[in-house]
Amino acid sequence: MNIALTHLQRLEAESIHIFREVAASFSKPVMLYSVGKDSSVLMHLAMKAFYPAKPPFPFLHVDTTWKFREMIAFRDQMAQKLGFDLLVHVNEDGVREGINPFDHGSNTHTHVMKTVALRQALDKYGFDAAFGGARRDEEKSRAKERIFSFRNAQHAWDPKNQRPEMWKVFNTRIAPGESIRVFPLSNWTELDIWQYILQEDIPIVPLYFAKERPVVERDGMLIMKDDDRMQLRPGEAIEDRLVRFRTLGCYPLTGAIESDADTLEAIVGEMLTARTSERQGRLIDRDEAGSMEKKKREGYF
Amino acid sequence: MRHIMAKSLAPTDSFRDYMAAQEKKSLLRFLTCGSVDDGKSTLIGRLLSDTKQIFEDQLATLEKDSRKHGTTGDDIDFALLVDGLEAEREQGITIDVAYRFFATPKRKFIVADTPGHEQYTRNMATGASTADLAIVLIDARQGVLRQTRRHSIIASLLGIRHIVLAVNKIDLVDFDETIFDRIVIDYAEFAKELGFVSVAPIPMSARFGDNVTSRSERTPWYSGPSLIEHLETVSVDEAAVELPFRFPVQYVNRPNLDFRGFAGTIASGVVSQGDEVVVAKSGKASRVKRIVAQGGDLEQAVAGQAITLVLEDEVEVSRGNLLVSPAARPQVADQFAANIVWFDEQALLPGRSYVLRTETDQVSATVTELKYRVNVNDFAHEAAKSLDINEVGVCNLSTRAPIAFDPFAENRTTGAFILIDRITNASVGAGMILHSLRRAENIHWQSLDVGKRGRSDLKNQRPAVFWFTGLSGSGKSTIANLFEKKLFASGRHTYILDGDNVRHGLNRDLGFTDADRVENIRRVAEVAKLMADAGLIVIVSFISPFAAERRVARELMAEGEFVEVFVDTPFEECARRDPKGLYARALSGEIKNFTGVDSPYEAPQNPEIHLKTLGRSPQEMAEALEHWLTERDIAEEQYDNGGGI
Repeated sequence: MNIALTHLQRLEAESIHIFREVAASFSKPVMLYSVGKDSSVLMHLAMKAFYPAKPPFPFLHVDTTWKFREMIAFRDQMAQKLGFDLLVHVNEDGVREGINPFDHGSNTHTHVMKTVALRQALDKYGFDAAFGGARRDEEKSRAKERIFSFRNAQHAWDPKNQRPEMWKVFNTRIAPGESIRVFPLSNWTELDIWQYILQEDIPIVPLYFAKERPVVERDGMLIMKDDDRMQLRPGEAIEDRLVRFRTLGCYPLTGAIESDADTLEAIVGEMLTARTSERQGRLIDRDEAGSMEKKKREGYF
Repeated sequence: MRHIMAKSLAPTDSFRDYMAAQEKKSLLRFLTCGSVDDGKSTLIGRLLSDTKQIFEDQLATLEKDSRKHGTTGDDIDFALLVDGLEAEREQGITIDVAYRFFATPKRKFIVADTPGHEQYTRNMATGASTADLAIVLIDARQGVLRQTRRHSIIASLLGIRHIVLAVNKIDLVDFDETIFDRIVIDYAEFAKELGFVSVAPIPMSARFGDNVTSRSERTPWYSGPSLIEHLETVSVDEAAVELPFRFPVQYVNRPNLDFRGFAGTIASGVVSQGDEVVVAKSGKASRVKRIVAQGGDLEQAVAGQAITLVLEDEVEVSRGNLLVSPAARPQVADQFAANIVWFDEQALLPGRSYVLRTETDQVSATVTELKYRVNVNDFAHEAAKSLDINEVGVCNLSTRAPIAFDPFAENRTTGAFILIDRITNASVGAGMILHSLRRAENIHWQSLDVGKRGRSDLKNQRPAVFWFTGLSGSGKSTIANLFEKKLFASGRHTYILDGDNVRHGLNRDLGFTDADRVENIRRVAEVAKLMADAGLIVIVSFISPFAAERRVARELMAEGEFVEVFVDTPFEECARRDPKGLYARALSGEIKNFTGVDSPYEAPQNPEIHLKTLGRSPQEMAEALEHWLTERDIAEEQYDNGGGI
C-alpha cells in the first residue's frame, strides 16, 4: 500500500501535532490572534486539532488601537461565530501618553503598543506557552527560530543559545516565570497559506481582496486612510485606487498593493507571479538591518 | 520604488489543474552540512536564486548587505541570505540552522542550512533529525575533513540514508577530474560502514552555478545529473505506511463524559475503523470504533496523519502509551541500549539522572553504563568515563518506568528520545534506541540488608501515602479507585485503604465518637506506614475530619511521603448526591455524629493536592494525581542526585 500525503496534508498534520503537544504539556497556554490570514489559518487548525472539543485555551488579541477597522469587526464576528474565549489587551500607558505611529515613528509605536503590550498581557495572565502565526519564510531571523522557542522570565529570545530540537520530540520543560513561544506554521510558506485558505474555504478579512480604497503614496508605499486620525504631509493627496493587502498590521504602517484580485483564486494566481516578498509591505521591517531579530530579542513575536 | 500591478489569473480550468498539480507535489526535506567554509550557505543562496525564490526587495537588501558584510568582492554574497542572525553576519559564520523553502515544477523542498563549526554540532543535528537526505559539501581543495566525517556519522546515526557528495569549488582546482575522483574514493572508503542507501557525487561550483540547476560545460567528464535533477528524482520514501501500526497517544480529548478520544500522529502503518488495536504497555486489546475528524469520520488513516481515535472499550490509555497492531507489537522495557549524541557543556555521566522524553512519553532515566565512545575519524570504539559535548557513544539506560519503543533502525519515530537536564531543563542529548536489555544481564544486586529503599527499588517506584480527605459523598473512593487503576496500568504497586472497608475488619470494634474516630485514623495511619515501608504506593480514602489526626499521620511517614489530597466538594453537593442515603438520615436526626451535619469537618489549610471537584470528571482528577506523582518522582531524583554531582 502506498498512500502518500500531499504537501498541505503534511503541513496540516504537523501543525495539529504541535497544538496538541502544547495542550498536553503546559498548564496555561494562549493563542495570539492577530486577525490576519495566518491567524485565520492558525485558528482553523486549532479547531481541527481539538474537534469535537473547543481549543482548550483562550485567544489573545494585542490591540495597538491602530488596526484597520475591518480587522476589529472581523475579529469580533469570528469570536462570536466560533465561540472561543477572546481576550483583548491594550497598553493603557501607551494610550495615556498618546503614542501613535505618526508622531512617534513606527519603531516607538511598535515597541510600546505591541512588544510592551504583549509582555504586559503575558505577565497579567501568567501564560506559560503562547502560539504565534510566524512562518520561517517570512524573514531571515525567523528562518532560524525553533518551533518551540524558549523565552526567559523577561520574555527575551537568545538566538545564539537555542535548545536543540530533534524530530517531533519537543522539550516543553520550563521553570516558573519562563515561557515558550510556539509556532505551528513554521514550515508553511505564504503560497501554502493561500492554497490552504482556498482548499479549506477559510474566512479572511475582506481587506485582502481588491477594492477601490482611499490611499496616499508615502515613502514608496500606498497607505490607506482608514479613519480621521490619518495625518497628511504637505503635498500628499488621498486618491481612490484599486488595491488590496498582502499582509495586515497597523494601518499607517501597512502598504497596499495595486491589484484587481478580488477572489481567492485570483489572489493565489497573483501570488504565483509575485516578484516581491510580503513583508515588503511592512514598514517596521525596514527601519534598520536586523530589526526583526532585535524586536524578537525584546519579546516581540 | 515602483508599484507592481500584478496580473491575476482567472479561475479557469487550467488554473484549477495547476492548483491540483501543486497540491499533489511531494516534499523532500534535506540539509546541507560539511566543514566551515565549504560553501553550504552559498549553495542554498544559489538554489534559491536559480529557482526564482528570491524576491526583488530581498535581492535589493542582499546587494546592500553584500557590500557591507560580504566576502565575495563585488559579487552578491549569497551566504548573507541565510545567515540571518546579527552575530552570524558580523562573524561571517553560520551559528544556527536556517530553514528555507523552494519548489520546482516537480517537488517542494525544505532545506536546513546547518553550521559547520564543531561547537554548533547540536544545531546541525537539529537540522538533520527531520531531513530525508543530506548534501555533504567538500571543498575540492581540502578533501574529506574531520567535520565531513563527523557530520556524515551524525547524519547516519539520525537515520539519513541518502547522501549527495557535493565536491564544491571545483572551479578553484581547474575542474580537475582526478581531484574529484580522489575525493569520491576517499569518501566511499570512509562511508562504507554508514549504511547509506545512495551516495551521489557531483562536482560543483555553488558560487558560479556549475552543475547546480543544469549540467556544466566546464565538467565535460561528468555525466551524472545536476544537483536539482537529482533532488527532484531521488526516491527517499521510507514507506512508513508499510510498517506495523504505531500510534503514540499524545492527548486525551474529553469534552464531556460521553466522548473520550485519543489524539496523536500515526507514526507508522495504517488504521481503519474496526481494526483491533492493543495498548502497548498493558497488552489490553480493543477495536477502533471511530476515526474522528472535523467534517466527518474517516474510514482509514495513514502514517503522518494527526487523528483522533475512539475505541470500543473503556481501556486505560493515557499520554505516553502507544496503540499498536496486535500482530506486531513494540518492545516494552525499562532497560535498553542506545546511541547517544551529547549536546551539553556538562558531560554525560553514568549514574546521573536525566529526564527522558520520547515523542509523547516522559520518564526519569539514568545511564547505567557508557559502553564506548565512537571516534568520528575512524569509528574506533574507545573506552570512556563520560561523553563530552559533541561526542557520540553507545550507552545502557535504565528508566524508572517501562517505555514502549521500537529499535530506531526499524522506526525513526518510536525509537528516538531526547535527554533533558533536570535543573536547567536544557536538551542535553539525543538518543536512538538499539535494543532492549534482558534484566538478568543488568540488574546489579548489592549486598545490602533488605530495607525500604531496596523494596521500593525492586518495584521501580518511590513509596507514597496519598491521604484522601473530604466529606462523605465527596467522591474520594471513586477518584481513589480510578487513580489506583491508572497506577496499576503503569506498572506501579499499590494498595487502597478505604474507610468503609477497614471498618469491616481491623476497626470493626470502633464507633463514631470523637475518640473512636481518632483511634480509627491512628490504626489506619500505622498500617499505611507499614505498607509504605514495604515500598507500596498507599491510597488512604478516609473522611478524616480532624486536622490534628491528619497531622499525626503525616508525622508518622518519612519526609515527602505523605501527600494530603483534599477532595473538595461543597456540603450542599454531597448532600444532594447522597450515594448511600446517609445525609437524608443524618439531617432527619436518625444518625448522630455525622460529619458536616452535627460533627465538624476541618478542611485542610495546605494540602499537597487540592481537588475542587465541581465541574471536573473523576477521570480528569485521577489523571492530575498521576501527573503529580510523575513530577514528584522526577523532582525527587534530582534531590537524590544531589543536584547532579
